Amino acid sequence: MKFTKTFIAAALATAVGGAAFADDDVRVVGVSIPAATHGWAGGMNFHARETVERLEAVYPELDFVLSTASDPGAQVNDIEDMVATRNISALVVLPFESDPLTPPVQAVAESGVWVTVVDRGLSIDGIEDLYVAGDNSGFGRVSGDYMVSQMPDGGDIVVLRGIPTTIDNQRVDAFLAAIEDSGINVLDMEHGNWNRDDSFTVMQDFLSKHPNIDAVWASDDDMAIGVLAAIEAAGRDDIQFVLGGAGMKEMIQRTAEGDEMIPANVTYPPSMIATAIELTAVGLTSNAPVSGNFVIGSVLVTQENAMNFYYPDSPF
Amino acid sequence: MTDTTTSPTTGLRFPSMSVLGPIVALLVLLAIGAMMNANFLSAANITNVLARSAFIGIIAVGMTFVITAGGLDLSVGSMAAFIAGLMILVMNAALPSMGIGIPIILLGMVTAIVAGLLAGLLNGFLITTLGIEAFIVTLGSMGIYRSLVTWLADGGTLSLDFGLRSFYRPVYFDGILGVSWPIIVFFLVVIIGEIIMSRSAYGRHCAATGSNEHVAHYSNVNVKRTRLISYAALGILVGVATIMYVPRLGSASASTGVLWELEAIAAVIIGGTVLKGGFGRVWGTVIGVLILSLIGNILNLTDFVSPYLNGAIQGVIIILAVILQRERKAVS
Repeated sequence: MKFTKTFIAAALATAVGGAAFADDDVRVVGVSIPAATHGWAGGMNFHARETVERLEAVYPELDFVLSTASDPGAQVNDIEDMVATRNISALVVLPFESDPLTPPVQAVAESGVWVTVVDRGLSIDGIEDLYVAGDNSGFGRVSGDYMVSQMPDGGDIVVLRGIPTTIDNQRVDAFLAAIEDSGINVLDMEHGNWNRDDSFTVMQDFLSKHPNIDAVWASDDDMAIGVLAAIEAAGRDDIQFVLGGAGMKEMIQRTAEGDEMIPANVTYPPSMIATAIELTAVGLTSNAPVSGNFVIGSVLVTQENAMNFYYPDSPF
Repeated sequence: MTDTTTSPTTGLRFPSMSVLGPIVALLVLLAIGAMMNANFLSAANITNVLARSAFIGIIAVGMTFVITAGGLDLSVGSMAAFIAGLMILVMNAALPSMGIGIPIILLGMVTAIVAGLLAGLLNGFLITTLGIEAFIVTLGSMGIYRSLVTWLADGGTLSLDFGLRSFYRPVYFDGILGVSWPIIVFFLVVIIGEIIMSRSAYGRHCAATGSNEHVAHYSNVNVKRTRLISYAALGILVGVATIMYVPRLGSASASTGVLWELEAIAAVIIGGTVLKGGFGRVWGTVIGVLILSLIGNILNLTDFVSPYLNGAIQGVIIILAVILQRERKAVS
């Protein structure tokens, strides 16, 4: 007990001391992101941490608070805590979900704090000062265009969808629009929740249900891994290729090595959080204007350019 | 011979709904599946469903004992993820010195079992010796293991060395006479569990402890030890399930084993074990596990319902199962 008390006292002292220091001349940047619940988010967490570490060394006049939340409610709490106890000058937020995060972020913006929103947009336009986004529609369109280019005579495909969210809907809608009238027929669509185990199970069932499948749009590299394991276990050779997405390093490597089952990838870089933090820091410390929208395009990765997208140090 | 008058109500040998309910539900699901898709009853699909049920199933057998003894364990899903991560790290680290072969696989298996045992003992120690509520202890350890695996994986995914994975892979996909290993192990665990639950002194001790702790104590049942053993055994079974899980995809991440604890608890309850403890049925748990797996399988094989509603259908089945149990309680 004594130890616990000492520990709590020390932690409180540190927190109070930190806050007092922050009040003087160091400006605090709050970074609030979802926890590493799947591969892509893991990569995003990695890049966020790395960027924060690097920028703290680069800008002595800036202090960073990084918090990861496991659900939208926890993220709202994180943001409220940052405002209440750390007196942040800027907030970089990757909203867990758009709707629940919109009012609290709006309140932060109205109090005069610089707000950078990443990836998932808020439900009301014009709250944020800077919006750094991936291109979900572009992700679906590039994937669909690739499918069409690989199957000029059409064919039967199955689609694994992510966690039911706006992101997933945007991607799938753009994908379906891109393959429209191309002769490519979607046999089945099911949610694999961007999860290896779920996609493995769903793919096993697709294989039982459909005797012939020409290709799979796994729409994510974690799901592609589950899909490939299911195909391998079933010993089926009718599937010509699996198109994942988001650029996991293991999958990029296989594309680079010319694996016929993984001929391509479509990027949706988790490092966009780094872009956002970096631009926010630039905006706080210099006269360079950084407000506006910054859209990071989704690019098709093939064997030829794969090594440009290979980051061996990242966990994703 | 004299009670011919009372036999119409009790002597028809017609089992009560709490026994029949899960079996009927399983048969109905099988019939629906067979009608919806011709491949449903194919050997490949049956193997898929049984093999994927094995992880939850092995854990749920252990959970049956814990719940029967009046306890609860919410940490099993996170524990499985943590053990899987640990196992992969140990095997990858031993690879340069041991090379690919049976010994390194055995090392991985021992790691999983020992880690499971220690994790189970820790839960059991906190619950029995320190007397903290099981719900709170395992809610805490659930968070701890989930964070630990995220930390071990640095937020990403821990992957088994590719060569090692190819060597280990048959443990999930191969087996004897076309029956894959997870199914065999699941079957053995169920048989042993059923024998212990219904034929051994330990099974009766679990039921007595869960039914009334004080009466069990005065009846010379070592309540603390009974509970401790149930948590330790569950830990070991989580280790066994992990041994089957790792060769499937060769990886562990923060998303491994999410909600396994609730699936296992749901399977136990659907199978007729009483959530408050005092009565357990291992074979019922198996039916519960199969029902939950089949719902997912049938929904994937058909376009019957929107996939958004998978969870709703599982929820309806769980509640129906508990309603059937209430009927049993009202009678007794």
